[in-house]
Amino acid sequence: MENKIRVSNLNFFYGKAQALYDISLEVPEREVIAFIGPSGCGKSTFLRTLNRMNDTIPIARVAGDVIIDGENIYAPGTDVVALRRKVGMVFQKSNPFPKSIFENVAYGIRINGIHTSKTDLNERVEKALHDAALWNEVKDRLNTSAFGLSGGQQQRLCIARALAVQPEVILMDEPASALDPIATQKIEELVVELKRDYTIVIVTHNMHQASRVSDRTAFFMLGKLIEYNKTEKMFQNPDDRMTEDYITGRFG
Amino acid sequence: MAQTGALGDKIFRAVLLLAATSILLIVAGIFVMMVQNAMPTIGRFGIGFLFGSEWKPAQEEFGALPFIYGTLVSSVLALIISVPISLGIAIFLVEQAPKGIAKPIAFMVELLAAIPSVVYGLWGIFVLAPFIREYLGPVLQGYLGFIPLFQGRVTGIGMLTGGIILALMITPIITAVVRDVLEAVPTTQREAALALGATKWETTTIVLGNAASGIAGAVVLGLGRAIGETMAVTMVIGNSPQISASLFEPANTIASLLAANFAEATDRTYLSALIEIGLVLFLVTFVVNAFAKILVMGVASRNGKAA
Ligand SMILES: Nc1ncnc2c1ncn2[C@@H]1O[C@H](COP(=O)(O)OP(=O)(O)OP(=O)(O)O)[C@@H](O)[C@H]1O
Ligand SMILES: [Mg+2]
Repeated sequence: MENKIRVSNLNFFYGKAQALYDISLEVPEREVIAFIGPSGCGKSTFLRTLNRMNDTIPIARVAGDVIIDGENIYAPGTDVVALRRKVGMVFQKSNPFPKSIFENVAYGIRINGIHTSKTDLNERVEKALHDAALWNEVKDRLNTSAFGLSGGQQQRLCIARALAVQPEVILMDEPASALDPIATQKIEELVVELKRDYTIVIVTHNMHQASRVSDRTAFFMLGKLIEYNKTEKMFQNPDDRMTEDYITGRFG
Repeated sequence: MAQTGALGDKIFRAVLLLAATSILLIVAGIFVMMVQNAMPTIGRFGIGFLFGSEWKPAQEEFGALPFIYGTLVSSVLALIISVPISLGIAIFLVEQAPKGIAKPIAFMVELLAAIPSVVYGLWGIFVLAPFIREYLGPVLQGYLGFIPLFQGRVTGIGMLTGGIILALMITPIITAVVRDVLEAVPTTQREAALALGATKWETTTIVLGNAASGIAGAVVLGLGRAIGETMAVTMVIGNSPQISASLFEPANTIASLLAANFAEATDRTYLSALIEIGLVLFLVTFVVNAFAKILVMGVASRNGKAA
């Protein structure tokens, strides 16, 4: 099967400081890939190269190729707006818009002109909320402010908002790190559920989370990709000594 | 046992409290004094003072309406001109301009705020008024002359000139506040929009949505400034207390009336009338500014930052 994402020899710089060294990796379609590694190793930076979110940082510079569905997203003339619609993102801290619950989900549908009618819009919003396992909790208060939701609900709302524009890949940067165990479990179940339709890349500091939700795991250290393997193998019998040390908590 | 520095802290607190209450006392004192001194006309004309349209000190006729009208119209005119420009500059500075360009532009805008009012007035008399008389006025009349706003004789001195000068003067403050408010919008809001496939413009609308009440505050703050501005307006508005539909006609504002007449008002009733109209100005600016502050504070606290 053709891989959804193919990264080859990716180097990344913040000004003069190099943050990623020669990363190459492939992500198969409809799998969950977990990125793990100590703080500051470049997980977020790498994740953000996959939808060109780093474009917003003036000093950022990229060298190498990121190929999604056979197209190099850093080729000149790439439609970044279309790319980001295809590669959605959920952030560490939930960041709903200061709008109603309904309008938060509808926003992406509207700006991309996805809906064909008012009814279609309503149905799409409802479906996205269903898919994000939030519908039952909010169906009676769709027109109230998103800020009235709990932290976990807000994060699922952000997931619903991302799903509503029908992406193919979803990038998640520590989506549960600000949540309690029960809300975290909900998000994890959701990730496994979403795998049926989406390719998911998730950054996490939680080893158990990585082993529970992912098919493959990538371990980063100091901007380098140390090991990339099937998650089972990674957690039972890693190839690299450093991976083992990190997973078993032998270094910080 | 006394805690270390407990006495020092107590003194410090007392001094701060004193400073804080003294401001309240000063404001209250000004208000009470003004009411006292305005008592003669408040007693004599009552509420009719606000609605009379003749201002003839020699005949002891005091109607504040033309001044209230002139103040409001010139200020609103200033807002209509200034708000789009200020928003444009602020959005450009925060959302578009590379750092190297944003800094000097922001500096220039701040410099505009430092120019003394009387200089704006001179510029109004010698540059803006002739420009309106020769070019802008005839052009507006040519295309929009069917609207009463643009009818009548164009002398270059009048409501429109006053409004434009005021617009120039309030643009720096509105720009600066809007810029602060936009900068206070968290980056995560912009990234959330971008990640959904929003264009630069669509992302900006999300940012503006976040900043809406703060922008409203900036506008009201600008309005407060315009209402209270004196010198420059006096120099270009024509100082004629009339209510005319035409923006080319001379008018007058409360602040301008006070500045121009206070020194020569010796008669007790005349003085009282001036103080009473000053009281109106005081109350209006007080309410407008309080309203603005509340709006700006709303944005800052929603974003978890102190104002
Ligand atoms: N905007 C930026 N400008 C300059 N340097 C940055 C920027 N963002 C990140 N860095 C640097 O790049 C390196 C990688 O950061 P990154 O945020 O990708 O790490 P991370 O693995 O996501 O860490 P964490 O687990 O703490 O989130 C760090 O050394 C960081 O200081
Ligand atoms: Mg990170």
